Amino acid sequence: MLVLFRNPILQSHPLGLEAVHQRIKDVTTVLSDLRKRGDPTRKRMEYMDVLKKDLCTYYSYNEFLLTKFIEMFPLSELIAFLESNEVSRPITIRTNSLKTKRRDLAQALITRGVNLDPLGKWTKVGLVVYDSPVPVGATPEYLAGHYMIQGASSFLPVMALAPQAGERILDMCAAPGGKTTYIAQLMKNSGLIFVNDVNKARLKSVVGNLHRMGISNTVVSNYDGRSFPAIMGNFSRVLLDAPCSGTGVIAKDPSVKTNKDETDIAHCSHMQKELILAAIDSCNALATNGGYIVYCTCSVMVEENEEVVNYALRKRNVKLVETGLEFGVEGFHRYRQYRFHPSMKLTRRFYPHTHNMDGFYVAKLKKFSNQIPKPDLDDEMESDEGIGSESGPFSDNEITKDTSGEKPLIASKKRPNDDGAEEIPKKKTKQAANKKKSDSSKSDKGTKISMQKLKKYQKRKKKPGAIVRPLTGLSEKKRNINAYLAKKTDNKKPSQPKSKPKRKATPGDETTPTKPVQTKPKPKNRSVRKDKAHGKTKKSTKSRKNEKQLKE
Amino acid sequence: MRPLTEEETKILFEKLAKYIGENIKLLIDRPDGTYCFRLHKERVYYVAEDIMRRAANVCRENLISFGVCFGKFTKTRKFRLHITALDYLAPYAKFKIWVKPSAEQSFLYGNHVMKSGLGRITDNTPKYQGVVVYSMADVPLGFGVAAKSTSECRKTDPMSIISFHQADVGEYLRNEDSLT
Repeated sequence: MLVLFRNPILQSHPLGLEAVHQRIKDVTTVLSDLRKRGDPTRKRMEYMDVLKKDLCTYYSYNEFLLTKFIEMFPLSELIAFLESNEVSRPITIRTNSLKTKRRDLAQALITRGVNLDPLGKWTKVGLVVYDSPVPVGATPEYLAGHYMIQGASSFLPVMALAPQAGERILDMCAAPGGKTTYIAQLMKNSGLIFVNDVNKARLKSVVGNLHRMGISNTVVSNYDGRSFPAIMGNFSRVLLDAPCSGTGVIAKDPSVKTNKDETDIAHCSHMQKELILAAIDSCNALATNGGYIVYCTCSVMVEENEEVVNYALRKRNVKLVETGLEFGVEGFHRYRQYRFHPSMKLTRRFYPHTHNMDGFYVAKLKKFSNQIPKPDLDDEMESDEGIGSESGPFSDNEITKDTSGEKPLIASKKRPNDDGAEEIPKKKTKQAANKKKSDSSKSDKGTKISMQKLKKYQKRKKKPGAIVRPLTGLSEKKRNINAYLAKKTDNKKPSQPKSKPKRKATPGDETTPTKPVQTKPKPKNRSVRKDKAHGKTKKSTKSRKNEKQLKE
Repeated sequence: MRPLTEEETKILFEKLAKYIGENIKLLIDRPDGTYCFRLHKERVYYVAEDIMRRAANVCRENLISFGVCFGKFTKTRKFRLHITALDYLAPYAKFKIWVKPSAEQSFLYGNHVMKSGLGRITDNTPKYQGVVVYSMADVPLGFGVAAKSTSECRKTDPMSIISFHQADVGEYLRNEDSLT
């Protein structure tokens, strides 16, 4: 009893919410000056444990997430952060400068009784809506595409990207299209924007928004972002708004509080690392005043932000540059056990409690060479292990065993240029990989792929949100097929009716990519000629059969 | 993705001509590059040629949209204009209807334009002419077909329909799914 009285704040009875709140206050005041106010028999750790538990119950977080936040913020800031996660951010809208001006839009909305103000000095198109008698998402102005409802934080990556008119830009994870439309309006509807998202259903809203805002310079595709340099590269700027755990937007989606744990963060982080490499690879360093990649997430976790950027710095020829955003907190260049590149200061963090927008992270990278650096032996091993362990959580145990063999294979497929360089360390370290390695190197040497493989590849490519990896020898194969088809059509013009059944009846095409015609000489070698002859006899028998069938 | 056939082009242009008349040629002969119509999944897209070439990199199943969607061919091979074409119809429209602010909302919910909601109408609008509907603040809201000619409008009672509804910008919310 005495102990209880002497130190009422550390009792561990279940309490009402009010009492818990009171205790949080008390413990924080004690912790702010432990030496004077604290009980000398108690350690700081004990106070912290009580505080953590209380915060978990009061704000209903799971312990993992709260521990992360405690590690990140000093105590006074932590409470402010948690409090600000309970209140929603103000509604902000972005004027569509393609269709109207901010002043005209504000005037039109004020006549509808909407109470609004300019968002801040840093933007010329943002407006913040305090209250409105009509739904802001359904006014005639909205439907006519004069503005877009968009969080203030979503302006920032596009401003950092600073797209110029006439450029070719990739938006890798675009849905629902707020940032994309902003890019388009900064480019004044010129150049080309490649809009991609992995989720087909969410792309519907992208298309709707693009059309509503009157944007005509886009191509909307549905792939996994990781397949990007394989589908199209050579972009002058790339915006990667990576999928993340959403720890910055808890106010919008409170379910994050409880349903995220270590595996989810690791999963996101792994995906982001793959995406950022894809983004960098699809960017062209030589583009005139281009070669920029902007990486952003709506998460505040270091694992999903600085660590990912640092990984990219290590793996590719990129450097961090100024984001051009005049506010925001500098990124961590040292955080607990992590030691990042000192230029990490150039990245920007945004917090709900300090900037009154969603928690956000923006990094701007400049690619200075299109070459992919050869990974160091140590570095490679370390990072491979890193990825392997991170991929662990979302795969079964059996698969994790395999990843050591499979990961490098995927990596080498992804970057066919440095196959040779990569193979050496792996052969030394991973014997399991050897078999697959030799297979892939065989296919590299031959550069011939079978028709079956090609069809499989094309079928896989067609699935919604598919990942497409580059296939060695694909372009040559396509060229051969095209040449073959061209010659075939030339040849077939006189005898029309037979052409169709023959096409299907000759799967032997793959061995005879170029089928020479009498009028056009240059058969490559004798074997080809033989094949051709063989094919012809086959065809003639087939066609005879067809005729017979017809007669019957 | 493929170019339109002769017949499809004819159907499309006949439809467009109902709204913008001979201004169609302004759509094709543009000073800022070549533009073309392309058919993709039964939808017609109006797109700059260089963008169209880039879109060819994406395979058919994964290409969701490119440029501006004008509308779609129905199963009976008729052409139906979508609201997404409004950006190109409105500037070239020959005949227009302005609706009063009180009738704006009703039109945006997909109703016809009544005489009571009619603000202004272009002179000499023939009956069954394609018209673009504007708000009094000159914001294009959609398009439709004139149910009555301008001269008939003057005499009719306030509850009679002036313009049949065809598409309105409210569709961006109502049926976002079917736009592409």
